[in-house]
Parts: sequence; C-alpha cells; structure tokens
Amino acid sequence: MTKTKHKNNWKAWLYLLPALIILAVFTVWPIINTIRIAFLCRWDNELETVVGYDYQAAMIGKEFVLGFNNFTSVVQNDQFLTCLGNTMLLTVLTVPVSTMLALLIAVALNSIKPLRKIFQTIFFLPYVTNSIAIGMVFAAMFGMIGIMPGREPISIGIINTIIEAFGGTRINWIDQGSSYWANIMVMFIYIVWNALPFKILVLLGGLQGVNKQYYDAAKVDGASRWRTFWRITVPLLSPMIAYVVITGFIGGFKEYSSIVGIFGDDMGPVGKEGALNTMVGFIYEFIDHNQGKASAAALILFAIIFAVTMINLYVSKKKVHY
Amino acid sequence: MTNNSEMFSMMLASSSSDHTVAFCVILALIVALSGVLLFFVVRGKLQKPSVESAKKAPAKSVMKETAAASGSSGANSIKSVETKQKFSKILVSIVIYLFLTVIAVAVLFPFYWMLISSVKSVEEYNATIPTLWPHEFVWSNYITAFTGDLNLGRLFLNTVIVGVVSTILSLVITVLSAYAFARLEFKGKNILFAFMLATMMIPGELFTITNYLTVTSFDWIYLPAANPSVWQKISPFFSLIIPFLVSVFYIYLLRQNFMQIPNELYLAAKVDGTSDLKYLWKVMIPLSAPTLISITILKMMGAWNSYIWPKLVADDDLHRLVTVGLRGASFQIAGTNMVNYPAQMAAVVIVTIPLLLVFMFFRKYIMRGVSRSGIKG
Repeated sequence: MTKTKHKNNWKAWLYLLPALIILAVFTVWPIINTIRIAFLCRWDNELETVVGYDYQAAMIGKEFVLGFNNFTSVVQNDQFLTCLGNTMLLTVLTVPVSTMLALLIAVALNSIKPLRKIFQTIFFLPYVTNSIAIGMVFAAMFGMIGIMPGREPISIGIINTIIEAFGGTRINWIDQGSSYWANIMVMFIYIVWNALPFKILVLLGGLQGVNKQYYDAAKVDGASRWRTFWRITVPLLSPMIAYVVITGFIGGFKEYSSIVGIFGDDMGPVGKEGALNTMVGFIYEFIDHNQGKASAAALILFAIIFAVTMINLYVSKKKVHY
Repeated sequence: MTNNSEMFSMMLASSSSDHTVAFCVILALIVALSGVLLFFVVRGKLQKPSVESAKKAPAKSVMKETAAASGSSGANSIKSVETKQKFSKILVSIVIYLFLTVIAVAVLFPFYWMLISSVKSVEEYNATIPTLWPHEFVWSNYITAFTGDLNLGRLFLNTVIVGVVSTILSLVITVLSAYAFARLEFKGKNILFAFMLATMMIPGELFTITNYLTVTSFDWIYLPAANPSVWQKISPFFSLIIPFLVSVFYIYLLRQNFMQIPNELYLAAKVDGTSDLKYLWKVMIPLSAPTLISITILKMMGAWNSYIWPKLVADDDLHRLVTVGLRGASFQIAGTNMVNYPAQMAAVVIVTIPLLLVFMFFRKYIMRGVSRSGIKG
C-alpha cells in the first residue's frame, strides 16, 4: 500500500508538471509581479515628473522606488474618469435589460412546444460569432456613408432608413459628429444582442429543471400568469438569475472588444477618439510603455469587480431562494 | 437564382419609393410567419401539455357555440368561462409567438445584412436608400476580400496553426492534470486544487501585463526584420499559444467527469495488468468524449475569436491572426479614400461562416460546454 502511494506520488506530480510549469509562469508569477510593479515608480529627469515602471527603463538599469504614484496618476488621468464612466454606464444599462429580456424569452420558450428548438437555435447564434466581426456589421448597419459636416450623406444606412420609414428622424449614430448618447445607444444594443444567448441558455436550463407541481398548485389556486411569474418562476429561478447577473457584471466591467468591433481601435467616432474607451482599453493604452500605470489600473479594475461581485453576492444571499 | 433575383430587384426598382416596398416585404414576412404560427395555435397543438383541456376541447367548443346561440342557462356560465379561458390561452400563445418572432428577426437581421451586403456592388451599397435585396450578385467581392491588403489566406493559416496546436497541447495537459486530480493520491492534492480554482477569480487583464513582459523577455515577440530568422518566424507563435494552454476550468470539468467513472473499472483493469496510461487512453478518455469535444470546440473558437492578446504580441504580417487582421484592414478602394464595404462584409462572412458551420454540427456540445462555463471562447 505504502509502495503504491509513494509510486503514485511522483507519478501524479509528473502528470501535473506541464500544467504547473505553465501556471507558475503565466498565472502565479503575473499575480505577484503585477502587484509588485504597480507600486514601482521613479523620477524621470528628462520629463521632470514621476513615471511608472517600464521594462525598457528597467533593462538599462534605471532604479525604481516603491510608492503609490502609479495609482494617483491613474486616478488623476483625464481619460480615467471617462473610461470608468463608460464602463459603469454600459454595465448598469445592459445587465438589467439583457437579464429581463432573457428571462422573458426563456419563459416564452419554455411555454411553447412547436418551433421551440428552432427559436432556441436562432437565439443562440450571436454567441458563436466573432464579436469584432459582427461589430463591424453593426457599424455598417448604423453608419452613414460619406458624411461630412454641412453636407447630405451619400447613404444614411439601413437603421436610419427603417427609422425614417416609421416617420422618425435620422440620427447620426456612430459617425463623425455623432453625439455621445447615440454612441452609447448603439453599444447598448450591440452588447445586449451579444449577451442574450448565454443568459437565455442558463435561464432556460433552470426553467426546465423547475418542478411542474408548483405550477399545478398555482393553477388550482387560480393564480394569474403575472402572479405565477413573480411568485413562482422568479423565486425558483433566482439562483440562475443571480448567476447571470453576477457574470454579466463581471463581463460588463471587462467590456472592450465589442467597442473595438464597432468603433475600431480609436474607441470612439472620428474626431472624438477615446470617447467610448473602457477600463480594459485604458489598461491596454499603457501596456507597452508604462507597465506600472497599467498594473495600477488593472488592480483598480480588479478591486472594482471584486467589490461589485461581493455586493452582488450579498444581495443575492438575501434575495435568492435556494 | 439570378433570374429570380433580377425579377425581384426589378420589382423593387420599378416602385416609386424603394424603401416602402422593402418595408412591405419585411412586414409581409412577419405576417406570413405569424400566420404559420397561428396555424399551429389553431390546430390546437399548443394545448397538448395540459392534457385535460385538450381532451375536452373539441366536444366542448361545439357545445358552447350552440349553447351561446340558444340562450343562457345555469350550465352555460361555466362553459362560457371555459370558452373565455380557451380564448385567452390562444391569445397568449399568439402573443408569445409574435414576441419570439420579433426577437428572432432582431437576432437574425445582422446576419442577413452581412450576407446581402457582401454580394452588393459598391455603387449599390452606397445607394441613397439601402436595398434589402441585391440588384445583382457581385461574387467578386469575395475575391477582393481574399486578394486585398487583408491577405486572408495567411491569416487563416496562422489562426489554424494556433488553434490546432493549442487545442492539442491543451487537451494533453488537461487530461493528464485531470487524471492526476481524479485518480491519483498525493500529498497536498486538495490544497493545490483549491489554489488552482482560486486563480480563476482573477480577471485575465491582470495577467496580460506581466505576460507581455514575460514573452518579451523570452524574445517571443517579432521585431520586423528584412530577413527574419527561423526563430523570429516561429517564436511569436509561442506567445500566442503557450500562455493559454492551461485552463483551470477545463481541468475542473474533466476531473468531475473522470470521478464519475466507477473505481471498479480501474481495479478490474489493474487485475488484467493494464498500465495507468493505457487505462486512461482506453477507458477514461472514451468515456469522457463529450466533455473533450466541448473543450476542443470552445478552444478552437477561442483561437478564432481572440483579439486583445494577438493584437498586442503578434500584429505583424507574418503572424497576425484572423480577427486582428479583419479589424485592422482598411478595405480602401484603390486610388480613393472610399471604403469598399461590400468587400469588408465579404471578409466578415468568410470569418463568420466557419463558426456557424461548427455550431450547426456541434450544437449540443457547444451549448453544453457554454452553459457550464460561461466563457466566450
């Protein structure tokens, strides 16, 4: 017995070796190192200011000292508040709406028999797409062609055509001179479109696990559909709802590639570059020349996500019926 | 096909206002769809789940009509309530199907727009009023997409190399680790496993910064050179593949799967003198095939869709991956500053179609894997 145990012991470590090496280099070390360099900065004689850690300076032997300067310079950065605001706004707008919509769709899907499979497949399609590629399609749908200040555009795009067909007025959604709220509206629509499949999948899975007896009991009591929905469906689904809300918040705070999909690397319409930048985009702006600042921003983002997740868990502990 | 489209486009073109007709087409489609749905509803297929009402329905509905015609009596009030319930049930079904249809149209519309835009001519795409069906099919957009500055062939090759190599290596590593955690006993197993799970909570952006420094110090980043050496040609692929080989979540998933395999099988195999590795290969892997397929597909899709990291470490002509190339390409029409949107959409179609095909064939595995992981790619 002891022999096999001993034999298994080194064998197990052998099997785990590749995973452990990669985890050590690309997961454990980054955690330590990112925290380390977030607190490293130095006085730059040429720029006459304090700059964060960067590896090129470190390679030529520049000395770095510990300090909170990276954090303060991140918070004082003009872009920081814009990025944080955009990230929070998009998260706060999209998570409740997409969760509600997904819940409605899941309940509707669960209550039908014919065509359910087809609908389910259609609703899942956005998930298996490339968010950059489809973002470009959304940009093509919302965008105008040949827009110049003080001149009629060549084409107003399909979405504006639809709006005008219903008697509305066209809106400059994403092109040069477009307003912030128009941009946010497009991002909102695209992010919800993208977020629905996963939420529907999870919620529908939860609904199918609900015991039918609850609904029979409600029927016997003569409860209305509305009442049944709020008093039975929602409480019984609350663990799944909490799950999609929490993952939705985490994903929302890491929003980046959907904006790149629509606006490109400029993260904003022409003339207002960076207007829609997010926290992740903020981090990537510093990654190649000021890793100290990037690390500080990443830690701030992590702290925000951690806090929001904790709040979510706290709320769901009170509201979720397990 | 061309004939039909020509007729259709003539129909569209001959009308006084193009978009009104286009609108009618969409409306007609919606109405037709809801008509089909209504047919199902009226056929009573929807009532099937509640057996009682389905049984009573045919006889009662005739009776209640005659009853309503002949005037009221005591029993009739119950029947009229039933009629009301039935009516409201049908109404609810119609509302449900209409709601789902509207959502489905909203979900599908971008795909439709992408497809038809990819075969329009530049002139038609730039038309003042967008057409809902191309006047003529310009398939050459796809050739433009392939031959333009995008260099799609190269992007595909790079992406396939990264996808295949990282999937195979990742599967090997995941299987070995999951096997160790599920079947073998060693000191510190539970602590190690808990520690690995804990790393899942940390957002990937935190790793990216240091990983960027690490691959730079390993010399895994391509610096443009006139005559790149073999190392310069190959090493950027290391930085695209190696940092993402270990997914703690997949190890966890597979471990759960392995643990469900009864111990008796293992002991029986031992009695027969089977080695551990042979047992793993012949018994455990076949029994966990669905999970492994899920992992394979999600991993491949991950390579196909990855943007941020490849953009950071391999945004050069030799190593660029497909998503980075797609977003970065300008699609300019030669000699102008106009964008060739149809060619751009054709490229988007080329990038999207493989994903949709994989989804068609492996729907079950993808949805299973996703519902448990919540990871996009």
